[in-house]
Amino acid sequence: MTILLLFVPFAALLILNLLPRSVRLTAAVAAGAVLLTAEAVVAILLPFGLVDLAGLTPLTNALPFPLTVDALSSLVFLCAGLAGLTALSVCRSTMKSDRDGFIFVNLLLIALIGMNGIAMVRDLFSLYVFIEVTATSTFILIAIGRGRDAFEGLWKYLILSFMATVFMLTGVALLLLFTGDITLEAAATAFGQPGSLAWVALLLYFCGLFVKAGLVPFHGWLADAYTGAPAAVSTYMAGVVTKASGILALMRVAQSPLGSSPMIRELLLIVGTVSAVAGAFLALNQRNMKRMLAYSSVSQMGYIVLALGAGSRLAIVAAALHFFVHSISKAQLFTNAAAIEDRLGTMDMDQMGGLAARMPLTGASAAAATLSVAGLPPLAGFWTKLLIVLALWRSGAQVWAVIAILTSVLTLAYFLSLQRRVFFGTVADTWRAVKEAGPGLTIPAVALAVITIGVGLGFPFLLPLILGGGS
Amino acid sequence: MSVMTILLILLVLASLWTATTFLLLRAAIGLALTSVMLAIIMYDLGAGLAAVIELSVCAGLISVVFVSVISLTQRKPFSDYFERRASRLRRFWPLPVILFVVGIGLSLVSAPVTPAAAPATPQPDVRTFLWSTRQLDLFGQILILLSGVFGVLVLFKRNEKGGE
Amino acid sequence: MPVPIWLYITFFVLIVIDGLYCVLATYNLLRILIGLEILIKAVSFFIIACGAAAGRLALAQSIVITVIVIEVVVVVIGAGAILGFFRRYDSMSVRNTREMKG
Repeated sequence: MTILLLFVPFAALLILNLLPRSVRLTAAVAAGAVLLTAEAVVAILLPFGLVDLAGLTPLTNALPFPLTVDALSSLVFLCAGLAGLTALSVCRSTMKSDRDGFIFVNLLLIALIGMNGIAMVRDLFSLYVFIEVTATSTFILIAIGRGRDAFEGLWKYLILSFMATVFMLTGVALLLLFTGDITLEAAATAFGQPGSLAWVALLLYFCGLFVKAGLVPFHGWLADAYTGAPAAVSTYMAGVVTKASGILALMRVAQSPLGSSPMIRELLLIVGTVSAVAGAFLALNQRNMKRMLAYSSVSQMGYIVLALGAGSRLAIVAAALHFFVHSISKAQLFTNAAAIEDRLGTMDMDQMGGLAARMPLTGASAAAATLSVAGLPPLAGFWTKLLIVLALWRSGAQVWAVIAILTSVLTLAYFLSLQRRVFFGTVADTWRAVKEAGPGLTIPAVALAVITIGVGLGFPFLLPLILGGGS
Repeated sequence: MSVMTILLILLVLASLWTATTFLLLRAAIGLALTSVMLAIIMYDLGAGLAAVIELSVCAGLISVVFVSVISLTQRKPFSDYFERRASRLRRFWPLPVILFVVGIGLSLVSAPVTPAAAPATPQPDVRTFLWSTRQLDLFGQILILLSGVFGVLVLFKRNEKGGE
Repeated sequence: MPVPIWLYITFFVLIVIDGLYCVLATYNLLRILIGLEILIKAVSFFIIACGAAAGRLALAQSIVITVIVIEVVVVVIGAGAILGFFRRYDSMSVRNTREMKG
């Protein structure tokens, strides 16, 4: 079963490239849509044990990959499926060149396989390999279309990705030295022994993960990469790639016995808080809409890590839920940005204004997403942030909980600034003739907004289900 | 002074030269030299297969990539050759000093680093190990190579009507 | 024969310092890439050294082989990015990468 998640997209990839040129793009988009939908569906069905393919045992036995699927994996699958579908839709609407679109779908599939791998592997080096798979496909995705700032975004991402590689591999080497094995369990065992230096290895590995997730002080690449990339790629990156690469591994660490060690918890709390606060401050001063959304991502990533620092089971559930909520909200916000860019041709917020009247669907969905991420009831983001603060408070990290609440206020501030500058106010003369963006850009946005509102309204009913199911 | 120490010193010297040399082409050659030294050291440590791959891929392929990029981005010789050289010297002279100091310092201290106990079962040969146990990594490598192919398609194509 | 692990760590640190210095003290994009390459070589060496010390050379070699392949692809992409830069700005100075400030 687990192998299918890796091989089916791979097979699709190979077949797509063998098709004749004329039918390529349509086939690619269709295949992409089918695969991503399947991914999301599998993710929802998995925890309920509805997916059981015992007939595939011969295949599984032939290729014994060490892969496991658990609740966190299905979280990644779901987010990858949804964000991927959104990005695909944005791509169809914004990428004019057929060749670019085809390469986009191919790389999207490679990144998807990479993220499936990240969600399923068991040892630290294979995790690194699949993080690199996702990263290399994302490098090229940023450069498709060779836009204005694409190369700069690509370069900064590349350099910091290299640094992450150096960190992570040094950590793996040290772990190999101390324990002779490179699984997380071995690391936990070595860490527990008194007088061991295994913490150096783990610290280095975590630094690599922090770079990948875009946390402070390694966030320097995120804003440029998100802004320089084409709209569809930013959607995909913000929606799932950055999170899956960096944060998922941290979540697995928090789940393991390592997660309750005070040193690791302190580290996660500090890094999470600094990122959340710094990201929020950096987002306040931005003129470019995508850049503000990028710094907002840094801040929210910090939130998730902050939640992991609490160490309790409730905290991990809260972090996972915020992961999901942020994934769909950010994917949707970048879709909105793509719609605005498509109609207006600029991302400079100072030039915008009053778009709510001209682009009602975009405006309404953007409002839903921003209020959700800012944490206003009854939207989904409110519940997840409440859970995070609750988890922090309960596990004794009260000061951090207060900081989390204060950061929420900052989040609200910069999002309100975005709303005011872009959607409210009087319509500038230049934009008087602007109409709503095409269906490819509005339908996904509205759909994601509906999910956000739905999850928010139904949360009190969903939560016992999730807690009982064992996340 | 064992053979290994001499080899390691040569490795550091090679990388030092790579970092500080003025002409880009020499830096690329220095990188290849560093790869060669690294391959020798790896072989001496017992990692023959890795040494060979390091030699052929890094000393070979990467040098080709660097030299071709250097030739594609080469402009006419600059007029401010001597100012640049002096500026480079100013920026880089601390490096050998730092290396020397840190090297001497670290060799005098010694932290309690105990390696893991030797494995109980005899280790399989690396070739069987790679193909039987770490197949997942191989799959990852294939994916990355595919990404690289797309990368070359996207990045190296001449800008006819490049997106603006 | 006890493996001199501290010796390896010392030299690993030295090469890392060299690579970092090369990345930070230059204005040229290609040199940054070369500096990163030096760093990866240091790490490859260290992985083999640790593997030798722990007696698990098979695992260490598998890791290094995979890393070499990954690194080659990333370097090619980096070179492609530099080419793209050069064609746009006709300069290799890293100062051009400061454009996206804000």
